[in-house]
Amino acid sequence: MSAATTTTPEELEPRPNRARAASLWILDRPLIMLGVILVLLLIACQIASPGYMSAERIGTILQFSAPLAFLAAGQTLVMLTAGIDLSVAATATAAAYIMAGQASRGTATALGIAILVGLIVGLINGVGIGVFRVNPLIMTLGMASIVSGYLTVSAQSFVTGVPLVPDFVRELAVGNLIGAAIPKSLLLWAPVAALILLGLRYSGYGRTLYAVGDNPVACRLAGVRVWQVLLVTYILCSVLAAIGGVLYVGVVNAADLQLVSPYLLPSVAAVVIGGTSIFGGIGGYSGTILGAIILVVLDSLLTLLNASQAFKQILYGFIILALAWLYATSTKRV
Amino acid sequence: MTTVDEASTTVGRRGFDARRVAIRHGWTIGVYVLLVLLVIGYAWALAPVAFTSFDLGSIVIGALPLVFAAMAQSVIVISGGIDLSLGVMVAVINVIAASLMEHQSFATSLLIAFGLMVVGVVIGAINGGLVVLTGVPDIVVTLAMSFVWGGVALVIMRTPGGGAPNAFQSLGTGTFISAWIPSGAVIIALVLAAAWLPLRWRRPGFAIFAIGSNRDRAYLSGVNVAQTRVMAYAIGGFFAAMGGLAATATTGIGTPYAGNFITLNSVAAVVLGGVSLAGGKGGVVGPVAAALCLTLVPSIMVFQGIDPNYGQVIQGALIVVVVMIGGLLLLRERS
Repeated sequence: MSAATTTTPEELEPRPNRARAASLWILDRPLIMLGVILVLLLIACQIASPGYMSAERIGTILQFSAPLAFLAAGQTLVMLTAGIDLSVAATATAAAYIMAGQASRGTATALGIAILVGLIVGLINGVGIGVFRVNPLIMTLGMASIVSGYLTVSAQSFVTGVPLVPDFVRELAVGNLIGAAIPKSLLLWAPVAALILLGLRYSGYGRTLYAVGDNPVACRLAGVRVWQVLLVTYILCSVLAAIGGVLYVGVVNAADLQLVSPYLLPSVAAVVIGGTSIFGGIGGYSGTILGAIILVVLDSLLTLLNASQAFKQILYGFIILALAWLYATSTKRV
Repeated sequence: MTTVDEASTTVGRRGFDARRVAIRHGWTIGVYVLLVLLVIGYAWALAPVAFTSFDLGSIVIGALPLVFAAMAQSVIVISGGIDLSLGVMVAVINVIAASLMEHQSFATSLLIAFGLMVVGVVIGAINGGLVVLTGVPDIVVTLAMSFVWGGVALVIMRTPGGGAPNAFQSLGTGTFISAWIPSGAVIIALVLAAAWLPLRWRRPGFAIFAIGSNRDRAYLSGVNVAQTRVMAYAIGGFFAAMGGLAATATTGIGTPYAGNFITLNSVAAVVLGGVSLAGGKGGVVGPVAAALCLTLVPSIMVFQGIDPNYGQVIQGALIVVVVMIGGLLLLRERS
């Protein structure tokens, strides 16, 4: 139990002021650090496989990042309120599966149904957490097993006609613009990302989100209807998850009942890597975007290195831990 | 600690107080009532066929790994943490046991089992040590470690396989003295009595409850918070090792993928078993019954001819509704 010695003394000897100021400046801007990590990863990829970097490659990376970034977008909003949503993968899978099953009714209807799935799950989560004050972990955990259980039971009844991924969805997920460097999914991702980034910064809802995450009691006393904020946030999270699921089924081009489940933990990891505190009130979507891209590039680097699935997982875990540690120490010092 | 001892002796002198027992242990009693009802439901679902000792045994066998995982999670949650790598730890011990024990004698496999209990404690202590060392929230550290331990399980065994001697398997699947006493239940009781109860009512147990209840006050009262947190994770690691050994004994093989199902259900069992996720409240006995309840629901479904996947729906709904009721009760108590 060597870990008993925890109170590592703060660095007592004063460092040169300029160096300290510089390190503080960087630690205060996690985006720069994440950008450096991303560039280092890309350089490592280039070394591992010369000719790795190309316009097409950037397109592929973005294309695989988009579904994860949508799942992680919802997760970011929820984590800003000091919550967590463990039902995003189940919701995304349900939305994607039902959309593929209903594709024969026309693409627009199928997409509408997918969004509806997100709305319903989010509404139930939001009511449970906002109104009945159920712990988010428990509520969304329960909801995940309800959604995926119900989907498995009624898988057949959700399918009318031949299940298929609509061409529109397929094109949106894997299609490219301008010489393959820009995936079409960016046409959807970029506006949504801009909306989230600006909304968090400038809208009343965005500011309230941070306030609720920082101190829900003070918010309640200040007259904020906390339950409404939570309700809206969990609905947004599930709808974003549903969109992520639709994009993912477009990338994979086949729907099954476990489609998005491997993305559940990465959706949390992307947010944590991106510097959003799990205790709420600190962070934002810009970090999450970089976090999602880093996870995708890391995955591709480990594939390039011919790493076994097992080794990949181990390294993945340690990198998440190391980044989270970096944030923990940096926020303590600032 | 002397004040606590005095308090407990004065309580002892007061004699049996039904109201106090109901308030303090109401939730646990409720879970056991639910368990009895579910067992009756199970017997009823079998309907034309009689409920035999074999059925009782199979209930315990099916639940054994989850029961130990629930015990592990409850100790950690009581200390104010949470371990999302628990199921994967169970899988790690499961695959090590299955790969080492194949073609071994019973005595050797018992030695291996004791060795793996130590390994479990070490794995748990690593998790706890990282939580304390990094200062990162428990949920993030153990989430990251769930990738790491999952990878370790895959390194040890890529596909389900391995084995265990029959005598070792019968430790989990056999019966003890009477056909109506599954040996799994005896082992649960033994582990509770030998590994948890001696700690619970002594300094380490009080310290675990204290840091879960209020870390700062515990620190000011002289509890070594960091050491106690690591200890809680290490005890959890021991129970997780028991879960892995139970999985080896009940299934006879090692499965590297079984992890996440157990992790999520252990959290569910802890909540259903009356442990507060905020820490400091609850016990280990309630979650044991809750874990049995959670595995009974799908099996009842199967016998009723209902799609067992509805079991998953009902499990989820059960957890949410129970927590909602718990929250409402708590609100009423306060007002």
